[in-house]
Amino acid sequence: MNKFYNTNSFKLWSKLGQRAVFGLGMMEIIKKHKDLIVITADVSTSAGLDRFRKNFKDNYVDVGIAEQNMIGIAAGLASEGHRIITTTFSPFQTLRCSEQIKVMLGYMKIKVIMVGLASGLVLGPLGFTHCSIEDVALLRSIPNISIVCPADPTEVIKATEASINHNRSVYIRLTGSSNMRQIYNEDYDFKIGESITLKNGSDISIVSNGSIIAECLDAANFLEAKGISTEVINMHTIKPLDKKKLNEIFLNKKLIVSVEEHNVIGGLSSSIAEEMSELKNKPPLVKIGINDFYSSGGNYEYLKGVYKLKSGDISNKILKYYEQS
Amino acid sequence: MIEQRKNFDEFIKQVRINILKFSLAAGSDSAHIGGALSCADIMGVLYKKYIKIVESGSDKRNRFILSKGHACLALYSCLVELGLIKPEEIQTFEKNESRLLGHPVINKEIGIEFSTGSLGMGLSLGIGVALSFKREKKENNVYVLLGDGECNEGSIWESAMSAVNFNLDNLTCIIDNNGFQQTGTNEQIMKNSNIAEKWKSFNWDVHEIDGHNINEIDNALSIVSNKPKLIVAKTIKGKGLKIAEENNAWHHSMISKQQYEDGVKDLNE
Repeated sequence: MNKFYNTNSFKLWSKLGQRAVFGLGMMEIIKKHKDLIVITADVSTSAGLDRFRKNFKDNYVDVGIAEQNMIGIAAGLASEGHRIITTTFSPFQTLRCSEQIKVMLGYMKIKVIMVGLASGLVLGPLGFTHCSIEDVALLRSIPNISIVCPADPTEVIKATEASINHNRSVYIRLTGSSNMRQIYNEDYDFKIGESITLKNGSDISIVSNGSIIAECLDAANFLEAKGISTEVINMHTIKPLDKKKLNEIFLNKKLIVSVEEHNVIGGLSSSIAEEMSELKNKPPLVKIGINDFYSSGGNYEYLKGVYKLKSGDISNKILKYYEQS
Repeated sequence: MIEQRKNFDEFIKQVRINILKFSLAAGSDSAHIGGALSCADIMGVLYKKYIKIVESGSDKRNRFILSKGHACLALYSCLVELGLIKPEEIQTFEKNESRLLGHPVINKEIGIEFSTGSLGMGLSLGIGVALSFKREKKENNVYVLLGDGECNEGSIWESAMSAVNFNLDNLTCIIDNNGFQQTGTNEQIMKNSNIAEKWKSFNWDVHEIDGHNINEIDNALSIVSNKPKLIVAKTIKGKGLKIAEENNAWHHSMISKQQYEDGVKDLNE
């Protein structure tokens, strides 16, 4: 497909953040995929879709604040051959309608793309009703659904386009705030299920995804300065996992570190642990994520601090572990 | 008219006999007998006249969604009568690798539009399908059958609200109002009084009928409305199998060979 963007777009997009760029990108994507229908649950503004709603009335359906009905309507439309993207805030896009997702997208294999807005901790000031640290764990247990967590707004666009061409339902997990780190300066190829090595290194592999990967890159650079060669892998697709890449690093790295803006139960770290569990010889896996508790609320930076997800926390933990072993 | 009535009666009688055959085939795995028999007349009229699944080809068929999926025996029994399911397949019911489980599994080849059985989902699916027909300017209609107990589910009311919002005059929803749910009457478990008033207040075109009166069913289904249509069909759980009528022990139960034979004999009389 012809690209509607170039590397100049990437800089602007990182200022806007993942949600706004999703909405902005849809204004262009719809021109190439004219039949797409975007269904929201009263969140057009939050999804950056206000202009889309106004300009593409025929491609926009609002079901009101009723997420279970949203998935049902999406599946009903998709079963008649329509291509559908649903979106609302991550907890409501996943847990609230989880059984509809199971039965319709999983069991019946009806293809719908779901975009979970503001997942992870970015809505911390609103409390944990609006944070989303359980979505990956829940959806990962449902067969026939792929899960993608883009690292930056550029990758949101690429993941959305890839999902449209993907043969099964996809959950796209949006994270981070506006003015987020621009991970990609150059254009690149994105394929669902194929991880991307953002930084090379020979001793340690940090495997992460979503906007938190910016913290991992800083941590890796810090470790590099200390003489520890650290790789950073963007495992943007949690399901299906890039097993080829993982098995490569299980063989040739001294330590694997998973970093996720999600509960350490059931998310990326669990996926990696499951993949390595049957290997006889394997490097240790240090799991960095949300350690299964709801903290007091607060802003994004505050919560990253509480859960020790900042670059300094990550590098400290790795250093401590690495020096002990 | 009399000819059509005879056709309905014969079709529905066979549907009820098929339901008993399936139930016998289930053996000790049991089957949802009561709620299948209560909607047999409604489904018989729907499949004989309204769904047009066989005669009009796949694209032009109207869509039927059995939201109360546990009444799958009524659906399978209609599909047997229409020749989409072979009578031999009745014996595979609920057996390993069967296409015919205790709740419908999507299989368009044999006329099963969606996998249902988790209650409260079918109307949303129907709204999606009806919206599609509107967008594509297709004449097809969508029929969804709900249970009265199923209306305990909150998701039903999400969809009830939205069908009107989207002006889906191509959507008909029927409630099999047999007055019972799994472990008791609606009155005992969750009061669901004034069903018709509830849906009227959501601005549906509501019709209350005797769900075992073929003419009333046919008339209600044939009404053309300018908004979503709801038919509250007052029914008798277990209708047609004397020992099961209004006896909730037959919600999900086994039928003995003797009970089966007596039942078939009664239906044939």
